[in-house]
Amino acid sequence: MTGLFNYIPRQSPIHAMTGAAKLVCMLTWTMAAMITFDTRYLLLLTLSALVLFRVSGIKFREVKVLIAFSAVFMVLNNVLIYLFAPEYGVELYGARTELVHFIGRYGITAQQLLYHANVILKYTVTIPMVLLFVSTTQPSEFAASLNRIGVSYRIAYSVSLALRYIPDILKEYHDISQAQQARGVELTSKENLFKRLKNASAILLPLILSSLERIEVVSTAMELRCFGKRSKRTWYRAQAFAAGDYAIMAAGGALVCISFLLIYLNGGRLWNPFV
Amino acid sequence: MPEELIKFSHFGFQYNAQAAPTLYDIDLTVHAGEKILIAGPSGCGKSTLAHCINGLIPFNYPGTATGSLTIRGKETREMNIFDISKVVGTVLQDLDGQFIGLTVGEDIAFALENDEVPQDEMRRRVRETAERVTIADHLDHAPDELSGGQKQRVSMAGIMVDDVDVFLFDEPLANLDPATGKRAIEIIDQIQKDTGAAVLIIEHRLEDVLWRDVDRIVLMGEGRILADLAPDELLCGGYLAEHGIREPLYLTALRYAGVTVTPDMLPHSIRTLRLSEAQKRQVRAWHQAQRPAPPPAPQPPVLQARDIDFCYDNGFHALKGITTDIHRGELMAIVGTNGAGKSTFSKVVCGFEKPQRGTLTLDGQDMAGLSIKERADRIGYVMQNPNQMISKAFIFDEVAFGLRLRGVPEDEVKARVEETLRICGLYPMRNWPVSAVSYGQKKRVTIAAILVLEPQILILDEPTAGQDFKHYTEIMEFLRSLHDQGITVVMITHDMHLMLEYAQRAVVFSGGQIIADDTSANILTSPDIIARANLKETSLYDLALCCGIGEPGAFVQRFIDHDREVRGQ
Repeated sequence: MTGLFNYIPRQSPIHAMTGAAKLVCMLTWTMAAMITFDTRYLLLLTLSALVLFRVSGIKFREVKVLIAFSAVFMVLNNVLIYLFAPEYGVELYGARTELVHFIGRYGITAQQLLYHANVILKYTVTIPMVLLFVSTTQPSEFAASLNRIGVSYRIAYSVSLALRYIPDILKEYHDISQAQQARGVELTSKENLFKRLKNASAILLPLILSSLERIEVVSTAMELRCFGKRSKRTWYRAQAFAAGDYAIMAAGGALVCISFLLIYLNGGRLWNPFV
Repeated sequence: MPEELIKFSHFGFQYNAQAAPTLYDIDLTVHAGEKILIAGPSGCGKSTLAHCINGLIPFNYPGTATGSLTIRGKETREMNIFDISKVVGTVLQDLDGQFIGLTVGEDIAFALENDEVPQDEMRRRVRETAERVTIADHLDHAPDELSGGQKQRVSMAGIMVDDVDVFLFDEPLANLDPATGKRAIEIIDQIQKDTGAAVLIIEHRLEDVLWRDVDRIVLMGEGRILADLAPDELLCGGYLAEHGIREPLYLTALRYAGVTVTPDMLPHSIRTLRLSEAQKRQVRAWHQAQRPAPPPAPQPPVLQARDIDFCYDNGFHALKGITTDIHRGELMAIVGTNGAGKSTFSKVVCGFEKPQRGTLTLDGQDMAGLSIKERADRIGYVMQNPNQMISKAFIFDEVAFGLRLRGVPEDEVKARVEETLRICGLYPMRNWPVSAVSYGQKKRVTIAAILVLEPQILILDEPTAGQDFKHYTEIMEFLRSLHDQGITVVMITHDMHLMLEYAQRAVVFSGGQIIADDTSANILTSPDIIARANLKETSLYDLALCCGIGEPGAFVQRFIDHDREVRGQ
């Protein structure tokens, strides 16, 4: 389960902050990036994100699975935009500066390039922040944080429970799949796709049944220990807010304000160097 | 007189979904500070009784109760499950399932969190409780970094932190190896002495629980309390054999030797048992009169492992130079603690994992080139939990599945499946849905589903885990009948009774190596191997020593041979 959604313990100022403050900061940061199309601002945020990453002491190779995953999406996203709307940038910026022409409506324009740069920057602004949040926050503190920003504790706890049982269920999937392969269920490319899907059900059914059994045990165990007794609960892992936490939440809020300010200054969400 | 914590009077209970009551006319009182063992075969109502005590009945499992059940003088029907859980703390059987928190600290804190205990106080209480069960060094550990015994201690801490008056243990020994189980019984005893709480232990492994004294044994059967007696009296009353509970082995041995056991001999534990010189002589005479059974004729090896080395991706070196033979037609056991390498070895044999070094040969043929599927045609593997194997809704289809996947013509499938179902005693149920049969029968279905492929070797992971004596005997006699038909059976287990009674030979794994390969009787009488493999010496060994028999291994062997003869009749 390493490399996916997991906490990487380090000694860093970012690790020391409370989960709730980091969650607020991440959400406002993402919001700021979503609002604006100002390339300069996005560039600045990307650089800041990389600096924060550096501060946290998390290495890129430790989160490479998620980076690769989002990189695939980013590339796919750009390819699709280009294929379906090669002139979208031209439309958006109201100018056309063609650099290279390929064939038909496909060519490279400065406006389209800038638009793609914006799209890429949106990924590079948000992904490092999400990774940073995930890898510097203990999952159970994450649940406590959700609860703190107003999510019901029953829902918040289910996040923590999912994280607790995902490794168990993966291991179980692995065991079941081995035993079924031994009975002759073929899951490799030796079999055609339809047969493979059909065969996969031979693993899913026992997995679902045993997961249901597990859920029954967990919910019984939780009930026997008073989960759901009161309308609120406290958290072993929750941390009290410190000055730094207020500061980063304020900073997050400021970033959103800057986005709005830029809309006002640029006369729209776009920063347009072409007019 | 100490306070009456729990009091059943003329209590009965019937689940809404069932046609007849599960509990009849229960009268039982638990006083503060008492330690009670509740025993009985599967289906006797002991789990239902436990659910009534901890409040899961009627809050989770609705039904109709008659008579009265009070907890600290209050009728439970006027309480809710949260009130009850402040008095009764429950440790469930499933060690992983009940571990709710992501780490030890959080799991212990769970009940406090739900009670809105402020964090400072919560942390202090968690630490104190963790210290009492000696798990304080592991507060930040995740469950997969803990052993079974440690997980159980965390569960105990999780209810101790709430200062309950009654500890309820649901089959605490089911998932532990023998030595860890012995330690668990010691810890339960310690906790009871420290906290002064009442302890209720639901367990059918009588001998193991009696490693530490209990005040009373409540024997249940068919929804009623059959006996509620001090251990010494219960053990002499002949109740156990009558109701499908295994009596302690040393008592069986004394019976065979013709010694009459009476309560004043303190028979509840081999440690306290008093035997007169005359009685010891009787045991010695029995030992000498038994003729040792001839050792089975050596058979050629069918599976040979030579110098197998295997290391997991995470660097865990699970097998270190394993060399062993499995002989044709053998019924043998592979034993050892969790992580000793026994399961990894079976995975390597089945081809689930590829060893980094070493060779495996089957009938002299190197297996390196064989796929999982090809190996499975000759080596069958049965998982511990049948629910993890069953993928079809009906018994016939489940057993036919492997043959159909192999493209066997349908009329041959029908013939072979029916033949296998007959062998397994499932033929009358062939058209039943799998969900309609009991756990033990499901286990048989999974064995049938493997057997139908006609493997030469059958490997079973913990074939009798979680089964009471009756079902254990059923499953094991079934495996023995397969063995008698010439199938080689390998059982991976940490059940010592199973090993002793059924395995002719046991291979002991420890730390990725084989540390012993001998008859089960010899292994369970060698203290050094027992200690290294987390086993426990059989009480027969102590009995042999106590009676001055110089060759305890031989005594144990003769006992098993004789016992088999007696039970075979």
